[in-house]
Formats: sequence, C-alpha cells, structure tokens
Amino acid sequence: MTRILLMGNPNVGKSVLFSRLTGVQAIVSNYPGTTINFTRGYMKLGGETAEVIDVPGTYTLEPTSEAEEIALRLLDSGDIVINVANAINLERNLYLTLQLLERGIPMVVALNLWDDTKHRGVDIDLEKLENSLEVPVIPTVAVTGQGIKELVENIPRATSPHHPPTTRDERWATIGQIIEQVQHIHHRHHTWRERLEDASVKPISGGIIALAILAASFFVIRFIGEGLINYVLDPLFNTLWAPVILKLSQLMGGGGFLHDIVIGKLIGGEIDFVQSFGLLTSGLYVPLGVVLPYIVSFYLVLGILEDTGYLPRLAVLMDTIMHRLGLHGYAIIPNLLGLGCNVPAILSTRILESKRERFIAATLISIAVPCAALQAMIFGLVGARGVGYVAIVYGTLFIVWIILGLILNRTVKGFSPELLIEIPPYRLPPWRMVLHKLWFRTYGFLAEAIPIILGAILVVNVLYILGVFDVIANFTAPVITGLLGLPKEAVTALVIGFLRKDVALGMLAPLALSSAQLVVGSVVLAMLFPCIATFVVMFRELGWVNMLKAIGVMIVAALVTGGILNLIL
Amino acid sequence: MHGFRHRSGSRFKPEDNKITLAQLKNGQSGTVVEIQGGRRMADRLNALGIIPGKKITKTSAMLMRGPVTIDVDRVEVAIGFGMASRVMVRPDRVP
Repeated sequence: MTRILLMGNPNVGKSVLFSRLTGVQAIVSNYPGTTINFTRGYMKLGGETAEVIDVPGTYTLEPTSEAEEIALRLLDSGDIVINVANAINLERNLYLTLQLLERGIPMVVALNLWDDTKHRGVDIDLEKLENSLEVPVIPTVAVTGQGIKELVENIPRATSPHHPPTTRDERWATIGQIIEQVQHIHHRHHTWRERLEDASVKPISGGIIALAILAASFFVIRFIGEGLINYVLDPLFNTLWAPVILKLSQLMGGGGFLHDIVIGKLIGGEIDFVQSFGLLTSGLYVPLGVVLPYIVSFYLVLGILEDTGYLPRLAVLMDTIMHRLGLHGYAIIPNLLGLGCNVPAILSTRILESKRERFIAATLISIAVPCAALQAMIFGLVGARGVGYVAIVYGTLFIVWIILGLILNRTVKGFSPELLIEIPPYRLPPWRMVLHKLWFRTYGFLAEAIPIILGAILVVNVLYILGVFDVIANFTAPVITGLLGLPKEAVTALVIGFLRKDVALGMLAPLALSSAQLVVGSVVLAMLFPCIATFVVMFRELGWVNMLKAIGVMIVAALVTGGILNLIL
Repeated sequence: MHGFRHRSGSRFKPEDNKITLAQLKNGQSGTVVEIQGGRRMADRLNALGIIPGKKITKTSAMLMRGPVTIDVDRVEVAIGFGMASRVMVRPDRVP
C-alpha cells in the first residue's frame, strides 16, 4: 500500500488537512520505543487505498527534539510526501521543503492557510514557486476544504527533482533567491486581530485578558456542567432510573449480599444515588450523572482554547512565574490539562525538554491539580455546604502547587531551560476539529472510567462485607483521627482513592462529616496517591525511582497539608 | 570583545550599535547580526528562522526578565529572557 506522509512545521494546519484527506477514522499509534504518537488514516487514491500518516510537526530534518527525530525516521518509511507549508511564512517553511527535496522523495507542496495571504498582504506567484521547487504546489485552505480536491488530484504528479544536499547557509541563500522571485509583501495596517494578538502578550493588557479568559472559561464550564446535571441527567436518573431500581430492589428482597452489591443501601427506603453505593446506583450515577457533564464542558472549553491559539500566549504570560517553580511557561499547558484528567496531563509533560522539568511537572500535577471527575464531586458534596468551603479546597491546592514548586525548584538538581515557542495567530476554532476532539476525549473517559468505577464499587462492597476495612481503619486510626481529625472510617475512602477519586469522595458522603472535616478529607484525597491510571503513566513516564520519589513527596505533602488544615479549621 | 578588530580609518564602529534582543525597545525593528551561545541554541533558533541577517520586530517583553516576543516574517516567536540576551541585533535607524 502506498504510504503518504504529511510533513510540515507545527501550527500550519496539518492535522486539519489530515482529517480532510482521511475522514474521521484515525488511529493514534505510538512510535515504538519512544513517547511520541502519530496519527494514521486511509484515503482513496486512484481507486486504491493509500495510508496517510500525520507526522509530528517539525521545523527541520536536523532534529532538535525527540518529535523531530521521529519525523525523520518516519520519512524513511514513506512513498510520497505532502509537504504542508504556511503560505504566510514561506521563508521559514521552505527550509524544511528544501531539506525534503534533498532527500529525493516524491513530493507535493500544499500551501495551506492560503486564504490568509490576502489580508496579511502576502502575494505569492504560484507558477514561479512551482518552477523553482520543481514539484506541484497547490494552495489549500484546510479549514474550509478549499483546494483539497486539487491536492488529491495532484498527488500522482508528485515528483522528486534532483536537488543535491547543501549546507544550512546555502539553503537559506536559496530560500532568499526564491522569495525574491515569488513573494511580494504589501505594507498594510494592523488589523484588530493583530492588535488583540499583541495585547495578549503585553504585561498589563495580557494579564487582564488572561484573567478574563480564565474567568469566562470557569463560568462556561460551570454553566454547561450544572445545566446538564440539573436539566438533563438528574431528571433522567430521578424520574426514569430510580423507579426501575426500586422495583428491582423489591424483587431482590430489599437486602442481602447480592442486593448490597448491585443496588447498595436504601437510605430511608429511597435510592440515594451518591450514598447507596451499589453497581447500578452510584456505579452509574457517579460517572454519568456527576462527572460526565463536567468532562464534556471542560473539554469543550479546553478544545476551544487550544484551537484558537490562546494557550501559547498564556505560556508567555506565565513564564516568569513558572520559572520560579522550576518550569517554563509552556508547562502551564500540562497543568491545565490536569484539570481535566491527570493521565493525558502527565503524558503531555513530554513537550517539556528536560527530565527535571518532566519530574517537577508530573509531581505537581499528580499532587495539586485535581481532575475534572474529582472536581465535579467536590462541587457536588463540598459545594452543598457553601461556596466558601469549595474556595478553601481550591485555595489550599493552589498554595500547595506554588509552595511545592518552589521547594522542588530548590531541591531537584539542574536548571530550567528557556522558553522558545512559535505563537500561532488567533483563529476561529475549526468546529469540526473541536467537536471531533471533544468526542474523542469524552469517549476515552467513558471507556476508561466506567469499568474502573464499577470495579471499584464492587471491590469496596466485597471488602466492606468481609470486614477488611475495619482492620485497615483500626490500623491507620492514629494518623487519620489524630493528625487529620477524620473518623477512622474515612480511611476506606482514602484507600479507594487509589482506584477512582470521584468514587472515593462519594464514600465520604455517608460519614456525616462536619464541613471542616469534609474540606480536610477532600484536600487529602486530592493530594494523596494518584488514581491507578495516573500511577501507571507516572511509572511509564518517570521510571520507578522518580515515581517513588514523587509518591514520597506526595504522602508527606498530603499529610502536612491535611494536618495544618485540621489545626486551622 | 576579544579578537574583534576595527577597520582603521572608519568613522563608524559597527559594534557600537549592536545590542541584545532583550535591550531592543518594544515596537523597534532590527537585523539579527550574531547568535552568541551554544550550538544547540543556534540550532533551535535556526529552526524558527532566526538567523544572522534576518529582520525582526520586537512586539513585547514581559516584566521581571520575562520572555521577549518578536515578529519574524509575519510569525510571532516568544524567546526566554536569557536566550534573548544572547541574540545580538542592529536596530534600524528611526526614520
């Protein structure tokens, strides 16, 4: 089968073009022996099926990062290259184009973002460019689909003209000559979009914009999440599902071993979806009724922030602060992702250059960044006691994040590398991509979380019936009761936190805790032990030694913070 | 600077109007003349098209030795302060 490689600089719309060529069915694969993923799909080409690979974005074939090394290795396996270039910034994009031509692999150039050229005052003579490069050059607008048909028609015309290998300086000289001939820049005034772009990276206006965007994001996430819960999911569970379960409960005799596992405890003769704790009650309600609405709203907002190009600007604004924590500005992105789920967040620490940064970022995320599932439960349970208590939980975690970062920066050997990133222009998000990504992430949550949640609830019920928790509770009572001021039964929740944090927090509900105890419980649960999925990626990303170090830091930090909160509140 | 020679008789001292990217003022344009620093840093800047001879415009700088943002061929690039202090530029004369 013909293998077509999509190659180009980051931020040129390569992935959008990929989804235009292949449709929705894409497979994400891991490059063996590395931490780099690439996407694979299929397209029809002249009656036959061809494989298309979305190669990680690369600026050069002289690799400066692991992703670029993989791009280079994938290049050797391809039959045809579609070089996706940014029409707005031909100079730099041609550097990779020339390197690819020197490789002698058949190639077509897709000059993407073509619609931007007009209002950015860039005039490109396509015919001359084609003559200079000696390969087909097709202008495309991947977001709207313009030029895609022509691109596909021209793939069979891909050629490999003879370009001898040259040095870096010679390449830039060649580019200078090409640009001189084919490109003409008109002077024009700044558009409002460019003014907004500039304002977002200036200290004062940028700070205001960042606060406004973060506040708006928070508001929208809550609005959509609460809306889905109050108007869709709660009515569904309460009016449709509860009667079915009550009937089933009667059929099963209202009690007994099987009843306790499947339906759980009836609270005052009624189903309480949080407290009953059976497979068909809490086991479905926690993932679908509490967490899912926030997963959907969080990932929708995050997807929009990602695809408008705001996040790199936030990275620039946060750089000075993040340096104090031993990271650079870009590390804000994994930390934000952690507010959705710690697993992809820790995976995404790969974008950081040094082992030291990855260790600090992964440790901070796993300790002080609560995932959406846990946050949904915090809003549900702690929020019922008053917004102030929720604020204490968040404030505490934020302070821990800062202090722990400062400490790790002082104690972990090494230094933090410098920020060097391209900032893409603001764009209206391609909605297809936003929704596609939202679906992908929501599906990922459901597929992963529901089996684990059901498993966790099964394990809890069985262990509970066997009396195992009583033994653990008595054993750990000095720490739980003495240090944290929680009833010893709370240890059950802390143990289950290892499986699922949302389920674990739900287990605190029937304990009749005071508001202060609930705050301590939530904070300790958020900080102590990552859930099993996070545990696995930490092991994979950091290795045994560093993962154990991170866990050590975690236990100390959780107990100290919980102890202090217990004294203050 | 060690080993740097003036052309005798010249009234202009080229090194005099050479400043670092960090020192360039916001909104000011200039030409990159030299990348001081290691091979790796030069490689990374090269990948982003920041090479000697390239015209750039500084967009902004964050407070407290924060990153510097520049425009290179209509693309914005953010560079950490330390790195920006090792990119030498010759500022354009203000018309």
